[in-house]
Amino acid sequence: MRVPVAWLRSYCDPGLSASQIADVLTMSGIKVERLHRVGVGDPAAFVVGRVLEAERHPNADRLSVCRVDDGGEQPRTIVCGAPNVAGGQMVAVARPGAVMPDGTHLGEPKLRGVRSSGMILAEDELGVGEDHTGILVLEDDGLAPGTPLAEALPIADEVIEIEITPNRPDAMGVYGVARDVHAVTGTPLVEDPTAPDPEPAGADRAEEHAHVEIADPEICLRFTARVFEDVKVGPSPAWLKQRLMAAGQRPISNVVDITNYVMLISAQPLHAFDLDQVRGSRIVVRRAHEGEALTTLDGVERRLSSEVALVCDAEGPSGIAGVMGGQVSEVSAKTTRVLMEAATWVGPNIMRTSRGLGLRTEASARFEKGLHPELAMAGQRLATRLMIDLCGARLVPGTLDAYPKPVGRRRVGLRLGRIGALVGEAVPEDEVHTVLERLGFEVAHGGTGQLEAVVPPSRDGDVQREADLIEEVARIHGLDRLPATLPARRRAVGRMGPAQRLRRRLEDALRDRGASEVVAYSFTSPSALERLGVDPAEALAIRNPLSEEGSVMRPLLLPGLLEALGHNAAHGRPGLALFESAHVYAAVTGDEEGDGSDPVRAAEEAPAGARPARESHHLAALLTEAVPPTWRAQARVADFYAAKGLVEALLVIAGIEWRIEPGARPFLHPGRAATVRGAADGRELGWIGELHPLVERAWEVPPAAAFELDADAIAELAPARGHDGYRDLTSFPAVVQDVAVVVDEDLSAARVEAAVRAGAGELLRSIRIFDLYRGEQLGAGRKSLALRLEFRAPDRTLTDAEVAERRSEIEGALAEIGGGLRA
Amino acid sequence: MAEPSAKRRLEELGSEAEAAVVAAGAVSELEDVRVRYLGRRAELTATLRSIRDLPAEERGAVGKAANAVRMRLEEMIAARGAALEAAELEHRLEQDRLDVTLPGDPPFSTGHLHLVSAIRRELEDVFVGLGFAVLEGPEVEYEYYNFTALNHPPSHPARLPQDTFYLSDRVLLRTHTSPMQVRAMEAGEPPIYVVVPGRVYRPDTPDATHVPMFHQLEGLAIDEDITLADLRGVLLEFARAVFGASREVRLRPGYFPFTEPSVEVDVSCFVCDGTGAAGSERCPTCKGEAWIEILGAGMVDPNVLGYVADSGYDPERVQGFAFGMGIERIAMLKYGIPDLRMLWENDVRLLEQFGA
Ligand SMILES: [Zn+2]
Repeated sequence: MRVPVAWLRSYCDPGLSASQIADVLTMSGIKVERLHRVGVGDPAAFVVGRVLEAERHPNADRLSVCRVDDGGEQPRTIVCGAPNVAGGQMVAVARPGAVMPDGTHLGEPKLRGVRSSGMILAEDELGVGEDHTGILVLEDDGLAPGTPLAEALPIADEVIEIEITPNRPDAMGVYGVARDVHAVTGTPLVEDPTAPDPEPAGADRAEEHAHVEIADPEICLRFTARVFEDVKVGPSPAWLKQRLMAAGQRPISNVVDITNYVMLISAQPLHAFDLDQVRGSRIVVRRAHEGEALTTLDGVERRLSSEVALVCDAEGPSGIAGVMGGQVSEVSAKTTRVLMEAATWVGPNIMRTSRGLGLRTEASARFEKGLHPELAMAGQRLATRLMIDLCGARLVPGTLDAYPKPVGRRRVGLRLGRIGALVGEAVPEDEVHTVLERLGFEVAHGGTGQLEAVVPPSRDGDVQREADLIEEVARIHGLDRLPATLPARRRAVGRMGPAQRLRRRLEDALRDRGASEVVAYSFTSPSALERLGVDPAEALAIRNPLSEEGSVMRPLLLPGLLEALGHNAAHGRPGLALFESAHVYAAVTGDEEGDGSDPVRAAEEAPAGARPARESHHLAALLTEAVPPTWRAQARVADFYAAKGLVEALLVIAGIEWRIEPGARPFLHPGRAATVRGAADGRELGWIGELHPLVERAWEVPPAAAFELDADAIAELAPARGHDGYRDLTSFPAVVQDVAVVVDEDLSAARVEAAVRAGAGELLRSIRIFDLYRGEQLGAGRKSLALRLEFRAPDRTLTDAEVAERRSEIEGALAEIGGGLRA
Repeated sequence: MAEPSAKRRLEELGSEAEAAVVAAGAVSELEDVRVRYLGRRAELTATLRSIRDLPAEERGAVGKAANAVRMRLEEMIAARGAALEAAELEHRLEQDRLDVTLPGDPPFSTGHLHLVSAIRRELEDVFVGLGFAVLEGPEVEYEYYNFTALNHPPSHPARLPQDTFYLSDRVLLRTHTSPMQVRAMEAGEPPIYVVVPGRVYRPDTPDATHVPMFHQLEGLAIDEDITLADLRGVLLEFARAVFGASREVRLRPGYFPFTEPSVEVDVSCFVCDGTGAAGSERCPTCKGEAWIEILGAGMVDPNVLGYVADSGYDPERVQGFAFGMGIERIAMLKYGIPDLRMLWENDVRLLEQFGA
């Protein structure tokens, strides 16, 4: 909302600059977005002038040479390029030496041979509007040539643009803003302009002229209307136009301008009807029928839902309540009888209507924050005075007032001690009284150390409890005056949990092995999952996605990594190692709580700690390059074993026992895919593999290897650090033996290892495969694995005989699987 | 007349051998010389061996002369050997010289954490130091935790599908990390000091300052006597740890449904040091304001505590503060990231700039 500073000062002028006032507002709870300076430099060089005559320029068809009376002794000669300039017009004149809004200094240039001694201005040249189609022609309402232009137009003002939080509808009126300035600075505040109520005239009654009725009290809390006769519709006086324009509103006619002006002061929107056009002289407030149509004042025909509140006359809708009037019964130049509406609509209903129609207006922006029904009459009172003063209208006695459930004023208690206890600094009792009274509360003592405050209607929505009153006191007292202290922290210890620490450790391990972390969207597209052979129907779907691209929650991290790889490959960086550490999502399964109809767990109002979906933290990586090319070695593309090497490193860090076995996934090369399991309980911890060639093609990425691990499951299996005690591995030396094992080609390394372990017995400390050989000497379909075995006994040095015995046991175990030791 | 001739022969032998030692140009040649003159089959060795065959009166003189020749030769060979070895080592070291400016092995540094992760960790560490535990929570969340128990009335606009992603009538993607306030309090009695980092979601069409997924860090402290001044103190420590030791924080009144009083927290600009000026121009970071809005906070609304009163959070007995900050906002401010969308593009040219 735009708050013209001159207007604000007319209610409360603390003698501060505009930027100081902006600071006061910011620090007391009304956030200032910007401070504009609108209009010209020194207003003295701008005056009202009258065009005496305008003749075609002798040397230019498009220019006029005008003689303009600007109040000086002699008329000025001004060359003007506007098509609409004509003799007799009242215009805005800049004298030579004027500083224009864009900062240029006006000289006395010769234009095609004629010296122009000043300038006739268009709206945009004055900074009061956007129009540049012609010069601004002023209304000839008694302005004399030479009158300072500042009296007719807001050519030089400062405007504070504020952002209104939902709890402060009062600040959507200039007087409400002035009240905050008053509360902080203590500068006197003029009487509320909505307070006095002018006397009506005549012996008739409003009820004889019109009738109002609320058919649905769910949508309208109060509907008031006053009847005015003898209304003379015409332009508003210059001062009113100036205020409206400075606040960003276009003047229309005195009656319409009055409704806007009252709203800009008090935050209560009003609507004026031409009473003669109100069919049946009857106003009924009801909900729209589903699909009912109405053409609003902006000329747009709108289809309405049954939630929309309508203001209707006897024959049909005349406006969308609280949002925008209709063209029926609009005030026109011919109007002489006005029905002035000030109603109270239900905030949430107005918000839904406004959002649903995509139509946010000055009125809806105020109603949606919730206005107190008492404000409707405040608006009527101020509008009445202006109707009488500016339109010569007669107020018909009586107010039509449909008010089904009158609302009283709220009373809230405050224990003074609670202020200091909550904010950390006590505020003296008399300051508390002063602050609340300046904010418009009526304050009474409520017993020892307590008070009771009657909440002004404009603040009713925001101040309902003790904590709310404390906020009022604190914000005016000054939050920034509070000391900075630290909590006592009884019993609380700051730390990360074991799972969080482990996750960091694993991420660091990947980072330190050359992988870079990505962050990808948690949602993906069904087609992305299809390209991985994953059924999108099993993923959690978003009902209102921004687009198909982000319409399902990803059940695995791989799609984000593939997208990142695709992006970087397309930008000339195909050799990469990327990882992500983030949640994946799945519906709760049948054996978990939930109802079958809903993909996510259904819940009663309070879920008592339940989680609506299955989420786990995954750690995944995608690699195209295991070793980058160097000046002395070839690059090594990432293959299955490169990915497996990283997985093994991570599992060693986690300190858990695992096994890796063949395990196909639709998106992996079927012969180069494995499942990772916990050794103890066989629990699945993730997968490793090379991308399926069809996936590479579908995603347009280079060949790559990947893995994805369930970090939550790993953290659950990971033993607490320091769990094992010291073991003596140095007192007795180990014996190292290399053996070459020849087996059938399709016998897995794991089987060989298991046989060797079985034969080696307890003395075997470690086993490492260090070579794989295939060759003619071995015969077709045979391979040789070289293993380095380390034997150790905890209590003695092993003898050659002991080791030889183990070796022959190993030979026996290998024989059982068709293998043998090579000499 | 064996004696003079033997002595003469020894002298000849000595000078011949000396010449050979001097002529030896390599350790291996010197070894040949040694074998030739001092080896078992060498003439000098034979001479020494045959001394005992000489008449007794000759033995002394010849023996002495022969030994003198041998000792001299040995000394010369040792000295020459040391010199040759030193020269050869010198030569080999010279041959071994490398171009030390070629890249090391492996020629790449480590990988990188994502900037957002790096900042998240930094924040976690700061708050752990201030006595907060780190919690995480579900991103797919009940409307109850995301809105209802956070004192959002049923009609609150944030609940509308324009502002929230829904999975079903009651289930949504959390729009902030605040639901964990309620979950944390449900799960444990006061006192409680926690921070909650994590992903949050809002259906904003992506532009330079909006993305539908971003990260927040929530803070919650509930105890018997936590005050707004404590909030200020904690956030002052945070601001100084993250933005520099000379930072100040400023509390302004604000509005959030789940805190009362609510505050907006500004930190003094770390680019212009809170002056608002950059030379003769306005500071571009704080736009001349000298302060930068950094987060929202407040005292936990009694209505929120009311939802967890059964877990020991009687609003008449305990109170506390909550705050929430956007991690990306800190990234944009601190590192000058110009466009939020870049953060999720995962271009390695950006990723490799941070988090090593
Ligand atoms: Zn700055």
